[in-house]
Amino acid sequence: MSTDSSVKASNWRLVEVGRVVLVKKGPSSGKLAAIVEIIDNKRVLIDGPETGVPRQAFSLGHVVLTPLTFDLPRGSRTSTVSKKWIASNVTEKWTSSSWAKKIAQLERRSALTDFERFQVMVLRKQKRYAVKKAIAKA
Amino acid sequence: MSAQKAPKWYPSEDVPAQKQTRKTNRTQKLRASLVPGTVLILLAGRFRGKRVVYLKQLEDNTLLVTGPFKANGVPLRRVNARYVIATSTKVSLDDVNVEKFNVEYFAREKLTRKQKAEANFFSEQQEKKEVKAERVEDQKVVDKALLAQIKKTPLLKQYLAASFSLKNGEKPHLLKF
Repeated sequence: MSTDSSVKASNWRLVEVGRVVLVKKGPSSGKLAAIVEIIDNKRVLIDGPETGVPRQAFSLGHVVLTPLTFDLPRGSRTSTVSKKWIASNVTEKWTSSSWAKKIAQLERRSALTDFERFQVMVLRKQKRYAVKKAIAKA
Repeated sequence: MSAQKAPKWYPSEDVPAQKQTRKTNRTQKLRASLVPGTVLILLAGRFRGKRVVYLKQLEDNTLLVTGPFKANGVPLRRVNARYVIATSTKVSLDDVNVEKFNVEYFAREKLTRKQKAEANFFSEQQEKKEVKAERVEDQKVVDKALLAQIKKTPLLKQYLAASFSLKNGEKPHLLKF
């Protein structure tokens, strides 16, 4: 038995310049923004020119860190943020993530009308039936 | 000579003239979501939870609805607009003739005093009320035209046959109908 233990670097999402965050509170809630500058241990300057989030100081408690980052010089201006954001395809990467898809699904589901809810129910029943049938056969 | 004959006597006291009413009896203005052809969810009464089709507004400010009877057992019936949820689903009412339905159509038969007494006398064996043949016929005519329209949308008939209820975690004020 070896006594060596391998040490792995932590894989946390760091609060860093260029980190893409999801705003959870305020008028921009639900939109993406990038961290441009770290103000103190619980506030950052965010900017989301491509998503319609105005440049502002924001509490980290009202923001969720996403796994996405992109190269951004510290304290860059809005136009730079916009350019770099587009160059690194942040919006496309976000929309293809399962997190974004889940959010989109939730929104669609809550916007369903009564008849559409019934249709969903019927489709789910059909799916369940097909799956159970396949399992019973196997 | 005056055209009118003078009255024989005059009232000893002045009778105050009645004020003329300037109000008229108008039909109630329903909320915008209530348009004939809308699918409604009934909230009260014997058919609560049923989804029905709204046909027209009657003079007594009730809504004429039908299941259709063939789809979910709700006959041509008057309901209060307050006890109803209007959904955004609409059914076309082309070829559905509802002109003959009015308040009178749904009025109960009035019994004379003699008939009433007789009915009380034989109260032990109260006969079950038969649905009038005329009503059955009317229901069939309306159902036929309405079902033809309903069948154009897949699943709509099954939707009308299913009744509404709140499931776990569903908040009615947040639901879109």
